[in-house]
Amino acid sequence: MSPQTLAQPAASPAAAPTTSITGAVATLQALVAEGVDTIFGYPGGAIIPIYDALYDFKEQLNHVLVRHEQGGIHAAQGYARSSGRVGVALATSGPGATNLVTGLADALIDSTPLVCITGQVFAHLLGTDAFQETDIINITTPVTKWNYQVTRAEEIPEALAKAFYIARSGRPGPVLVDITKNAQMQTFDAPAYEPCTHIRSYRPAPVVRNEYIEQAAALINGAKRPFILWGQGVVLGQAEREFQAFVEKSGIPAAWTILGVGALATAHPLNVGMLGMHGNYGPNVLTNECDVLIAIGMRFDDRVTGRLDKYAKQAQVVHLDIDPTEIDKNVKTTVPVWGDCKETLPLLTALVERKEHAAWLARFNDHMAQEVDAVIREELFPTSEELTMGEVIQQLNEITGGEAVIVSDVGQHQMVACRYALQNQSRSHVTSGGLGTMGFALPAAIGAKFGAPHRPVVAVIGDGGVQMTIQELGTIMQTGVDVKIIILNNQFLGMVRQWQELFHQRRYSFVDIQSPDFVAVAAGYRIAGQRVDARDALRPALEKMLAHPGSFLLEVMVTKENNIFPMVPQGCSVAEIRLR
Amino acid sequence: MSPEPADRQEYNITAYTENQVGLLNRIAIIFSRRKINIESLNVSPSEIEGIHRFNIVIVETEEVVEKLAKQIEKQVEVLKVYYNTNADVIWQEMALYKVPTDVIAEKVLVERLLRENGARAVVIRKDYTVFETTGHREETDNLIKALQPYGLIEFVRSARIAIIKASDGFHHKLKEFERREPSEDVAENEFLNDREQVFTM
Repeated sequence: MSPQTLAQPAASPAAAPTTSITGAVATLQALVAEGVDTIFGYPGGAIIPIYDALYDFKEQLNHVLVRHEQGGIHAAQGYARSSGRVGVALATSGPGATNLVTGLADALIDSTPLVCITGQVFAHLLGTDAFQETDIINITTPVTKWNYQVTRAEEIPEALAKAFYIARSGRPGPVLVDITKNAQMQTFDAPAYEPCTHIRSYRPAPVVRNEYIEQAAALINGAKRPFILWGQGVVLGQAEREFQAFVEKSGIPAAWTILGVGALATAHPLNVGMLGMHGNYGPNVLTNECDVLIAIGMRFDDRVTGRLDKYAKQAQVVHLDIDPTEIDKNVKTTVPVWGDCKETLPLLTALVERKEHAAWLARFNDHMAQEVDAVIREELFPTSEELTMGEVIQQLNEITGGEAVIVSDVGQHQMVACRYALQNQSRSHVTSGGLGTMGFALPAAIGAKFGAPHRPVVAVIGDGGVQMTIQELGTIMQTGVDVKIIILNNQFLGMVRQWQELFHQRRYSFVDIQSPDFVAVAAGYRIAGQRVDARDALRPALEKMLAHPGSFLLEVMVTKENNIFPMVPQGCSVAEIRLR
Repeated sequence: MSPEPADRQEYNITAYTENQVGLLNRIAIIFSRRKINIESLNVSPSEIEGIHRFNIVIVETEEVVEKLAKQIEKQVEVLKVYYNTNADVIWQEMALYKVPTDVIAEKVLVERLLRENGARAVVIRKDYTVFETTGHREETDNLIKALQPYGLIEFVRSARIAIIKASDGFHHKLKEFERREPSEDVAENEFLNDREQVFTM
């Protein structure tokens, strides 16, 4: 070895080349490296350095300027739900950050992968009640899967790599990374970005245990009246094909939670409809008659189960879920199949016998026939003079053929949209399921369109909910994003009014809500619109809306005091579902 | 009000975790969200540098405790969670008692009291003496009652720490875990004392 080589220490092979950049640039480089193309945000003092860096990232990152941070995070949720990718929202410290809280809670309960980045005051000011300082880490701890505060620029690449990994792996969920302003401004020698693939204390993908697969298959093969309930886990696991194969081979009737809708096409012969409080008649009644209940990627929410002590007590329960905390949480499981359903479903399909359960399936169809007579026919093809919410969805189905992405808000119109919208494919219905966030749909529809730019996106919103985030019409105006908006206006906060009618002696307490002239409001935002209050104008208006180049707001005046049926009244068992 | 479920009892929850800022809150809110009171909480480094151990005592039914344990283990930075009844653990609390030295010196009775309660003098000064005992709650309580008439000045009790009876292999597994993937350093805010040197607007 020559003296020269001895004098120069050999470069460690592990040491990657570094470049000197600011924390703000490192933040945006991380987003680009994670494959992010669209971010939803709103600038402010504590996040100015990141916005300054964004000026040079316009080619790589499409930043959508929203009108309120809540709109930003709901848009990120809509993006994530329609695209299957991680949604990203940006907000400043203090009020900017606290405005994210509703969206975080919504995303956590609906398992939506999000990375939220908030600016924070300088690290040395933490705890001093500085201008726009709020303790967003502690505020968001109950509503995030994980959160982290960065106080030095060097922490940024690893914190964001972890954030993306945690958000999308296992049971997905929202994470928040809070970055102090000094960390955004500091320069540091940044190594090449490395995505995170492993955290030692975190087990996103449980090991599948074959004995449970075998026990589950044995139960299913011996069942006379098996029944499948599926939820969003099938969608989040990207296991739609594996799920369909399981359903078709086993021949078992399958019903969905509102977040699972579309994982199996609504028109599939084994899709027997929607579960829950306003779900279909058969799936609710027959839950208490099946002998084996197979729950896949669903969490037995109280709106699905009704009264738990009278829920499927006769059935043996097989529960497939990636999240071990869901097993036995609400319903006692006979066989737990803990794992990613993309992995467990094919194993189960291989062991189940090919069967048809014709007589059992016929019972679902009989119940559906009763429901059509009692509820559905009049809702979709009304003989009354006034328009119904259902006929709007029915007409929409006929025009779109079930190809549109529907984004619904919360309340009566949501139940109608979930019950009646045709869905040919997965990721076609974005709605706030667990949290029930009014005001979700308008911003979520904006995000859904960015996430699925080649599909028509139709937001279906009530007159109450739309007024909660109506400022996002400004986002639509400025970005030119093509979102069709249907307001089903019954001049009431309809779902609460329904409860007051049925359970509180028609004491209509503050549900009589007035609305502005929505078409005029849209016009103020230079969005085309129309108002319809007669049946013969509905179809042409829907056709005009869908054919319109760009956004369109269609306000449909519907009958004021319609109730959503069937209904499982609170405190009743699913078998006590009322048709009227 | 429904009657108190008969099977509510003290449970000892043991959690091995990363040493990270904010994790204490993430674990604490799992209890407070359900309006469950934490009776005792001890958080300290385990025998392995970088891995912390929580000992949490609550009164609940096993069904609830099992769900809580799962929820804790679900947190990204939690390694492993166990729950045990009092019968399944050996536990101790430590207590310190500060009393005036002149009283101790003069009253023979006190000396016997301390002897009977297994107390040990940690510090003896002219003005005061600090005794220490370890034991179950009733034991440390007994000495408070006994010392009160003799001018007890200050008292402090630690949280409960508990050793699980059926814990074969714990230490070995922990060591192996740390050996395979060493823990990361805890990142703290290093700027809190730099106020004068930083441009703040």
